[in-house]
Amino acid sequence: MTTTHTYDAVVIGGGGAGLRAAIELSERCRTIVISKLYPTRSHTGAAQGGVCAALGNVEEDSSEWHAFDTVKGGDYLVDQPAALLMTEEAIDAIYQLERWGLPFNRTPDGRIDQRRFGGHTRNHGEAPVRRACYAADRTGHMILQTLYQQCVKRDVRFLNEFYSLDLLRNEDGRTAGIVAYELGTGELHVIRAKAVVFATGGYGRMFRVTSNAHALTGDGPAIVWRRGIPLEDMEMFQFHPTGLARLGVLLSEAARGEGGIVLNSEGERFMERYAPTIKDLAPRDMVSRAIYQEIKEGRGGGPNGDWAYLDISHLDPKVIEEKLPDITEFARIYLKVEPTKEPVPIQPTAHYAMGGIPTDTDGRVVTGPDEEVVPGLYAAGECACVSVHGANRLGTNSLLDLVVFGRRAGDDAARYVTQEPLAPVEKGAEAPALEHLNSILTRTTGDNAGDIRTELQDSMFDLAFVVRSQESLSKMREILGGLRERYDRVAITDKGAVYNTDLMETVELGFLLDCADALVAAALERTESRGAHYREDHPLRDDANWMKHTLAYREPDGSIRIGFKPVKMGPYIPMERKY
Amino acid sequence: MATAADVLNASGATAANDHTIELSVRVRRFNPEVSEESWWDEWTVRCDPLERLVEVLHQIKWHLDGTLSFRRSCAHGICGSDAMLIDGRNQLACKVLAQDVAPRVTIEPIRGLAVLKDLIVDMDPFMDDYRSILPYLINDSGEPDKERRQSPEDRHRYDDTTKCILCAACTTSCPEFWGDGDYVGPAAIVNAHRFIFDSRDQAARERMKILSENTGVFRCRTTFNCTDACPRGIQVTKAIQEVKRAILFERF
Repeated sequence: MTTTHTYDAVVIGGGGAGLRAAIELSERCRTIVISKLYPTRSHTGAAQGGVCAALGNVEEDSSEWHAFDTVKGGDYLVDQPAALLMTEEAIDAIYQLERWGLPFNRTPDGRIDQRRFGGHTRNHGEAPVRRACYAADRTGHMILQTLYQQCVKRDVRFLNEFYSLDLLRNEDGRTAGIVAYELGTGELHVIRAKAVVFATGGYGRMFRVTSNAHALTGDGPAIVWRRGIPLEDMEMFQFHPTGLARLGVLLSEAARGEGGIVLNSEGERFMERYAPTIKDLAPRDMVSRAIYQEIKEGRGGGPNGDWAYLDISHLDPKVIEEKLPDITEFARIYLKVEPTKEPVPIQPTAHYAMGGIPTDTDGRVVTGPDEEVVPGLYAAGECACVSVHGANRLGTNSLLDLVVFGRRAGDDAARYVTQEPLAPVEKGAEAPALEHLNSILTRTTGDNAGDIRTELQDSMFDLAFVVRSQESLSKMREILGGLRERYDRVAITDKGAVYNTDLMETVELGFLLDCADALVAAALERTESRGAHYREDHPLRDDANWMKHTLAYREPDGSIRIGFKPVKMGPYIPMERKY
Repeated sequence: MATAADVLNASGATAANDHTIELSVRVRRFNPEVSEESWWDEWTVRCDPLERLVEVLHQIKWHLDGTLSFRRSCAHGICGSDAMLIDGRNQLACKVLAQDVAPRVTIEPIRGLAVLKDLIVDMDPFMDDYRSILPYLINDSGEPDKERRQSPEDRHRYDDTTKCILCAACTTSCPEFWGDGDYVGPAAIVNAHRFIFDSRDQAARERMKILSENTGVFRCRTTFNCTDACPRGIQVTKAIQEVKRAILFERF
């Protein structure tokens, strides 16, 4: 049975970007948020270290310096006007969060305190600057809580534990709504809306070692991709250098911001050799590659020689207790290591998707090299690519991205719905989604989704991680072909309607396979190294040929075509990235 | 030359093979589509001693019984999805390691909320209680251009209760909550505390009025179950006592 709902706007995802968009929308039009988790379970809550804005509360700063760092940190693949806009709007966005109650740590005179963070510098790279506003090492948790509280205050409507399955578009390309699945009952819902805002987060679960929640399976990007929207810069995936060894659980860059250092198995602070000026506070891609290099040269630790170490034992115990309590607890619980006394084993971990659904700075989804707007379709947060992160996101800019562009997407969508009529939806619009579910549910024997997922995660980690090559990526593409065939034969044991997480995890696996397809295809195409995308067969950045975004298209026959669009330049001339 | 795989791979695949342990996992099952009664299932798996219990449940779900149903997301104690009654104590399955419960662990749904399937309970009443205490900053005295000032001491005053992740481990460990579904429960009070003691907020009286009703703080019998259960280490009972005192003496 299918239920049909009609709204002006539907937001998909209850994390930071979705909630921020919903706050903007809910006071101006009939809005519904669908979220596959209870919203406070969203992965925004796992962000730790801070959110940057050039408030200048503790030392001189400017949003223009912040923009420069963002562009340079992104290895010049950043659309510069978008970065300038984000860093300028950052200041009001942070003050607004504070006025909504966010409990930032304070300076002695009661203003928002700020601390150092990787890649954030004074006056175009002179020295680290205190720019990250923070709430202990729970900044993301506080942002998520604060935004949810504001939604409660505004009585925003939610449909919790609803999964989005399909995007409905008209023949003329206009957005008509979505198809969603209610986990509690197994029912399908057609949600008609003039505007659809995707805010579904990332897709780090395609890798074995990741800081990402189980829920981060690329639902939004995969759904729009299947409906003809290209995905931008999918090869750009950030590997955070300080994941807890084996598990990938994140140890915030704030640890280094507070003075923590990274060591190899010989106890050497090796970042002094790779980034002489800002050392351990170099951007994440550089630290991850440096760790890889140390491991390769035999200076890795642990049973398999593939660990580095994060050392905060020299810090004042009071600083650790007050500013880094959560990550200290992670090390104690999960590795049985005491960070106040000994270095913590770490390993690069799949952390953040810079690429995703292409949008303009109003969150409107745009396609093709000419950036044609898809009427009524929006995306914000990690699932979107504005692009403000380019080839490597700076720490803290993800939280900033979601408040700035979540607001802008919501604002533009609220304006759009007052001007446009509701697009018609044909009877049986849910049929493709229903068919997919039924094909999985009715198959009695077939491949096991768990096996396919494990092989995907293991092979992506082996072949498309910190270091890539033509050879490794070609092999990965071949493996993905095989996994796709197996996925088409997948069978599950739970055939029920009530809380069938077996079914939804299998649907999510399909989304992950799509995102992996796009990532590998774009990574194969980009024969240079830039930011997080490192090709050992093309180790240098190649501005002459590659100062452009990739656009991965899913063709009707299932093949993938890679197109391009130019990077929007601005005041910053690309130069070699040294720190 | 070593490939990326050779260098960075290794740990996950091989590290555990030598020293894995055996763990029997006993789960109270319920599925309204199968039976009105709950039943017990037990599986025995081999895993790394440091494996998180939630990942052991995944191992069972992905390879032994796909119908086993539970909530989870972040798997490191931040999202609050996987509160369960584990060996008689409310805990997050992602913060319990196999070695801590081996050789046998018993897992049941948290108590006091209707079980919908296996370890999944109806969270809506819990969220309704949370919403009832006005869980958002209220301050109508005009907004400054920049931030509202707050001293580090004032900020510290409510720090502990900002840690709440709404996992319900505290509320569903409280005998008062089991006995009387009208009691708002510890988690709602923790979130009220977070605002009552925030120097920027002006609605403490309204919240205290709500909590002074017979569904509020005076239901608390100070059994400390909530404090023991909190995976975030919040001094829940202390927070409840502070709210009680504030109501009695109007000090906050």
